[in-house]
Order: sequence, then structure tokens, then C-alpha cells
Amino acid sequence: MEILINFVKIVTVFSLLMLCVSIMTWVERRLSAIIQYRLGPNRVGPWGLLQPIADGVKFIQKQDIIPAEAHKLFYVLAPALAVVPALCAFAVIPFGPTVEIFGTKVPFVILDLDGGLLWAFAATGLGVYALVLAGWSSNSKFSLIGGLRSSAQMISYELPMALSVASVVLVSGTLRPTQIVEQQAGSFLHWNIFGGGFQLLGFILFTVAGYAETNRTPFDLPEAEGELVAGYHTEYSGMRFAAFFMAEYINMMTSSALGITLFLGGWQLGLPTRWLPEPGWVLWGAQILAFVLKMAFFQFLYVWVRWTLPRFRYDQLMNLGWKGLLPLSLANLAVTAILVAYDLVGH
Amino acid sequence: MELIAFFVLALLLVASALVVITNRNPVTCAVALAFNLVAIAGVYMVLDAQFIGLLQVIVYAGAIMVLILFVIMLLNLREEEKPHPAGTFQRVLAPAASLLFAVVIGRALFLSAPSSFPEKADGFGTAASIGNELFMRFYYPFEAISLLLVVAMIGAVLLAKRDVS
Repeated sequence: MEILINFVKIVTVFSLLMLCVSIMTWVERRLSAIIQYRLGPNRVGPWGLLQPIADGVKFIQKQDIIPAEAHKLFYVLAPALAVVPALCAFAVIPFGPTVEIFGTKVPFVILDLDGGLLWAFAATGLGVYALVLAGWSSNSKFSLIGGLRSSAQMISYELPMALSVASVVLVSGTLRPTQIVEQQAGSFLHWNIFGGGFQLLGFILFTVAGYAETNRTPFDLPEAEGELVAGYHTEYSGMRFAAFFMAEYINMMTSSALGITLFLGGWQLGLPTRWLPEPGWVLWGAQILAFVLKMAFFQFLYVWVRWTLPRFRYDQLMNLGWKGLLPLSLANLAVTAILVAYDLVGH
Repeated sequence: MELIAFFVLALLLVASALVVITNRNPVTCAVALAFNLVAIAGVYMVLDAQFIGLLQVIVYAGAIMVLILFVIMLLNLREEEKPHPAGTFQRVLAPAASLLFAVVIGRALFLSAPSSFPEKADGFGTAASIGNELFMRFYYPFEAISLLLVVAMIGAVLLAKRDVS
């Protein structure tokens, strides 16, 4: 029974993530068009909504090119190495409360691990290999520079990200995402970003580092079109190219889901408990919807930022990471540690 | 179930370790080593040491090996064309070290029996239990190690900065 429930959960989350990826490719282009006072893709289906399907068909039909001097094994392996860790990381995200279906308690999370946050970090940490290996195995100077940049960038920004998460862990005293969400029940003032942990600075640091970790503008130096053609995936075509895109969008969703879980109450509605209806499908549905809406807002933010800010220069990127975010996150951690030690915050 | 997982992991471990020492392409070796480190994390998981297993992936596979790969790519190392000739030093030391290793493993295999392992305590392998051990029982060694790491870090910065002044 448990295996069956887990299987259903995995299949559902996987297909929903993939569906969101295809919707996001449409949203990204339509929103960017609106921001730049254009129309964007609007020919395939109503409002161009079928554009992702047309893209998928196109990607499958394209010739799969492997450069003559490429290292075949790693060249073929790299796209898979990008998608798999991205999907794995999402497994620990609680996307709803524990519900009761025909008397069985079903928690809305795939993997309820004691070290769940570490799991997410381990998976995203392994995602770097895809970019590095894609860059190296293509045997092209643009790809190689893109791969080198990505490894340096992701290692640098993992530090402020991990330190801002560590502050939340100090406040909540657990590494288990489901527990962190449950602690933030009640009014939205109890969320970790506000009264729950005073982690406003931590949240900002986490979000900025998250943009760098997912290689999104203003931190998209590994693919910087202006100078590197397309960076680490210059030589890729067809579905392999699409796999890198999928990984990027899944990583965006994982990163924002992690931010929501840690700082913004996860699936909590943010209303005082006495205003909520009795536990039942009305409440559970509303809570899952709250999670989805929070996710949608952060996806919108990703697109908004991408089409608003210009790209950093490489030295600016490193300066921001090591001289800006890292000291700030260390200070945040130290202040939080003092507050927790004197019982001023904490659950 | 655990036994099957262990044997699959052991096979992957030995195979990837062999690739690390026999392959002539430095990038392949580095990736095989990373794979090896992830497989070791899998062995930790089988042993219920969840926290250590996840840290193994984050620290070794996710950070250290990426930096090693970074350096290999930066130096643009090519495939070795012929094997390095072994010096007399290696000719003498390698068999001696292998023999010592075999003796240690053999002794461990003969002396250990399933009953000689204690039952695992409640909450074994969780972050909380490791934190308690680390900051209660092993507090002074832990602080000593962190001091050592700071010293090493300062030393590295000093060495790198020497030419500038």
C-alpha cells in the first residue's frame, strides 16, 4: 500500500513539474514580450498556449549532433546529469499537509527525511557536474569557458545560500522540511521571514543566491549569449539541448519551493488558526492552492527579474558573492545564533 | 534488501575505483572518483548513517571534486600517452603497502562476527544525535580540528599572497 501511494506521489509530482516546465517556457516568452512591449508567441492555439507542444515536437525532430572531437560518453551523459539531480531535489519539498484518504494518513511530500534540507543541497550540488562536463566534453572554447564559469559561480554562491538556510535551521532546530513548515502555522506573522525567525535578510540572501545557483539573469554568465554564443550548451541540439532547459526550470521551481518552505510558511495559509475551517478537503485544498500560488509568484519574479536587470560582469559576480553576500550571511547567522541563544526567537 | 543494495554499491565502488587508477584521461578519472564518493554515501545510507551520507555527497562529491575538475579543466590536461615508469621507491613501497592493507582487512574479516556489533541506539544517524555527540562528548577534539582548519586556511592565503607585497 505504502509503495503504491509513494509511486502515485512520484508520478504526480513528476508530471506536474514537467507540465509546469512547459507552461513556464510559454510564460517566459509571453511575459518578456509584454515587458518589452511586443506580442510574443501568439499563433499556436489560443494566446499561443500550444506553443510548448509545438516546441516539443520540434526538439524531437531536430538532428542530434555530436561534435566530431567531443568526448562521446560525457557529452551524452551531461543532459541526463542535469535533469536527474534537479528532479531529485524536489522530493523533499512538502507541497501540502498530511491528509487522510480512506482512513490512511498520506503526507504530501515524497521523501520525509530527517536531513531533508541536506538532501536538497546534495542534489543541487551534484547538478554542477552536468554544466562542467557539458562544457568540457563539447571540445569548444565557448562551452569550456561556460563550464568553468558555472563551476566557480555555483561553488561561490552555495556558501551564502547554505549559511542563510543554516540560520533558519538554528531558529527551527530541525533539518526536516515538513517540521519547519508545521512550525510556521497560524498568522503569516509567524512565518520565519517575519516574527517566526526575523529572517528577512536571510530570505533576501537566499533568493539572490538562488538566482545565481539556477544560472538565471543577472547571473547567467555560464551561458552569456553576448560573449559565449550559448555557453556550456553551445554545441547541443534537439532534445539534449531541451534537457538543459528543463533542468533550469525545474531548478528554478525547486529553489523557490525551498525558499517558500523555509521562509514563507510552505503550504500554510498564513491566517490565524481560529479562522480556518475544520481539517478536511476544503482546508487541504486551500493549503495546496496556497503553495501553488506562492510558487507561481516566485516563477513570475524570476521572469520579471530576468527581463529587467542586465547581466553582471564576471568580477562583479565574484565580488558580490564573496565580499557582499558571504559576510552578510555570516553576520545574519551570528545575530540569529545570539537571538536563539537568549531565547528571543525560535520555535 | 539491504544486502542487495550493499552488493550493488560494493560492485559500483570497486569498478569506479578501478577506473580512477587505470584510466588515462584525467577528467574521466575525476568523474569516476566523484561517482565513487557518491557510492560511499550510498553505503552510509545502507548503514542508517543518513546524516554522514548526505554530508559526504555535499562536501566531497558536490564541492571538493568539482574544484578538482575545475583545476583539471583549467590546466587543459590531455590524455596521458604512455604510463609513467615506476621508480624503485614505488617498486618497493607499493607491494609492502598492499600487503599491509591485506593483513588489516584479513584480520578485520576474521575477527568480526555479526554479534560483536552493538545494536544501534534510538535516533541513530540523525542530525540531532550526531550534534549531541560532537558538541558534548567530543567538544574539545572538535574545537581543535576547527582551529587546525583555520590555521591551514590562513597558511594557504599567506602562501598565495606572498608575491604581491
